[in-house]
Amino acid sequence: MSIPLRPLPAWADVALIPLLNVAAAFFISGLVVLAIHENPIEAVKLLISGALGDLEGIGFTLYYATGFIFTGLAVAVCFHAGLFNIGVEGQAYIAGLGAALASLYLGFLPGYSLVIVAIAAAALFGAAFAAIPGYLQAKRDSHIVITTIMFNYIASAIMGYLLVNVLRVPGQMNAETAQFPPGGIVPQFHELLKPLGIDWPVTPFNLSFLLALVAALGVWVLLWRTRLGYEIRTVGANPAAAVYGGISPARITIITTLLSGALSGGLAVNVILGEEHRLILEFTSGFGFVGIAVALMGRGHPVGIILASILFGVLYQGGAELAFEKPTISRDMIVVIQGLVVLFAGALEHIFRNPVATLLARRTGQPPI
Amino acid sequence: MEAFDSYVEIFGSAIRLGVPLILACLAGLWSERSGVVDIGLEGKMLTGAFAGAAVATFTGSAWLGLAAGVAATIAVSMVHGYASIDQRANQIVSGTAINMVTDGLTALIGNYIWSQGGRTPQLDNSALFNPITLPLVDTLRDVPILGSIYRHLISGHDVITYFAFAAVPLTYWALYSTRFGLRLRAVGENPAAVDTAGISVRALRYSAVVICGVLVGLSGVYLSLAQAAYFQPHMSAGKGFIALAALVFAKWRPWPALATCLLFGFLDALSIRLQGAVLPVIGPIPVQAIQALPYILTVVLLAGFIGKATPPKASGIPYVKER
Repeated sequence: MSIPLRPLPAWADVALIPLLNVAAAFFISGLVVLAIHENPIEAVKLLISGALGDLEGIGFTLYYATGFIFTGLAVAVCFHAGLFNIGVEGQAYIAGLGAALASLYLGFLPGYSLVIVAIAAAALFGAAFAAIPGYLQAKRDSHIVITTIMFNYIASAIMGYLLVNVLRVPGQMNAETAQFPPGGIVPQFHELLKPLGIDWPVTPFNLSFLLALVAALGVWVLLWRTRLGYEIRTVGANPAAAVYGGISPARITIITTLLSGALSGGLAVNVILGEEHRLILEFTSGFGFVGIAVALMGRGHPVGIILASILFGVLYQGGAELAFEKPTISRDMIVVIQGLVVLFAGALEHIFRNPVATLLARRTGQPPI
Repeated sequence: MEAFDSYVEIFGSAIRLGVPLILACLAGLWSERSGVVDIGLEGKMLTGAFAGAAVATFTGSAWLGLAAGVAATIAVSMVHGYASIDQRANQIVSGTAINMVTDGLTALIGNYIWSQGGRTPQLDNSALFNPITLPLVDTLRDVPILGSIYRHLISGHDVITYFAFAAVPLTYWALYSTRFGLRLRAVGENPAAVDTAGISVRALRYSAVVICGVLVGLSGVYLSLAQAAYFQPHMSAGKGFIALAALVFAKWRPWPALATCLLFGFLDALSIRLQGAVLPVIGPIPVQAIQALPYILTVVLLAGFIGKATPPKASGIPYVKER
């Protein structure tokens, strides 16, 4: 039935095949645009000019990209341990609770120490919410995919209850908390650049972006330069060999899910502390799931994840502008593209492998293996 | 007597809310018993609901809508099958992709055709599956208790509901009493053994994927052509995932699947009924608590605190024929 995978030269493996996969996803997306009687080339032009055409567009693009870097890293860290964390959405949602509680109730902390505590609280709450599925996977053998799906809904119920019944400002119609104090928010770039005389347009692009880059570097160092990272990758590659090497897969599973949950918290930092400055319902708006596409497209490597996040940032910001210009190409198109990227870069990742291998073997005159 | 009638009514709406779960859960059962994990039930449900409503809108026929809904869902199922069986993909990734693509595509196409933000126009009764009144309802009207039960619980449902209830014993019979079912279950536990016996693992898994498509397609059609009279983006609203939870809760067995789906349907009906209700002692019931109950129960079961839910051994693992 299945065809065995043939060996490929490294450059084809690292660059050519992933590019072909992503190209296929975009090609099919183009066909979808054609099918609804729009011009894909024009759509791409509008999309790119909306996302990168001016500083405002770039600000929004990078703001979205920031969230995707965090969720992409969260998914990728688990991938490396052979775990599939579908619960990034719920973990980020609960992380928002941590960020909001700290920012609202620890107002006595001086200056920006408050926001640092709030960021830590976001990471802590995200990690704590991931801990339960992680523990159940490690110790009770409950499949993490199923438990994290369930936990997304549980998160949604908890947050719905808290925002509507507990945290809402009395007398307010909207289910949202009060505004955070000035010391409890992550500053936005246009405010930071104003004293320097740089006139950056008002966008939600905030310092969380730098935190995301630091997190990406941290993940790279952790995975490829530390003993723990080596253990994580070993468990992911071959749990039996890991046990033989004295590594406890249960311990690694728990540590990895905690890390993943903490990284998910970055999304809450970007949206809640960086833009909304209050806790609102459903602020994660599916970004946790975009993380799956980002992690697959970036092949689990932080550099790839940053590039994929910027691409998805372009898609989200440009897609919003595109939907404004051409109402037929609604934001749902972006969800389609995202799904096709997951399909081709993830599920069908080997679809071009054997044709490419045959082609290369023919060119170099080697017999196909 | 009135209190009794209102209980019967809650059970009636539990059945109506449980039907899409039953169909989707059985769909997942067929797929996973053959070793193909399916977290794309949600997306497939949307596909069936959309294609069903779209074709019913154009043709005015509920049955053509049903055929289209099922056909479209089988097509989506085959993509998952191709990825899982031939491409040896990560089946979770493939299911996730299907959920995303169908979620976006149904809304996009719906919006393109009708320009109502993805919603399809309201359908006439003639293009819907309407409740069927079984014989003798009026004769039995005055019989205490049984008359009410017959009238509200047994009679007055549509064709798809009756099919869903018939599909449970059918599935049970096919899986446990036929050669095909035995082989299919074997493929989910030990594909190599089936292969050694000279039976195609691939063909068995593909047929399971098709059956899954038919059943989950019907659950989608039920949403748009029986429960509602239109399609609306994201209208499956997590039902595919509740069905998945029910499948785990039922430990991948047909009769417990029926019971679990009815229980989850009942919880859903209860949460609607108790909206804003105040109970003595406990006080106001947080609706979210009841809504989250299916998920919490499933996690507790998965954790092994009330029995143990063990999936089919080979589920999620692509089969590689040795060379």
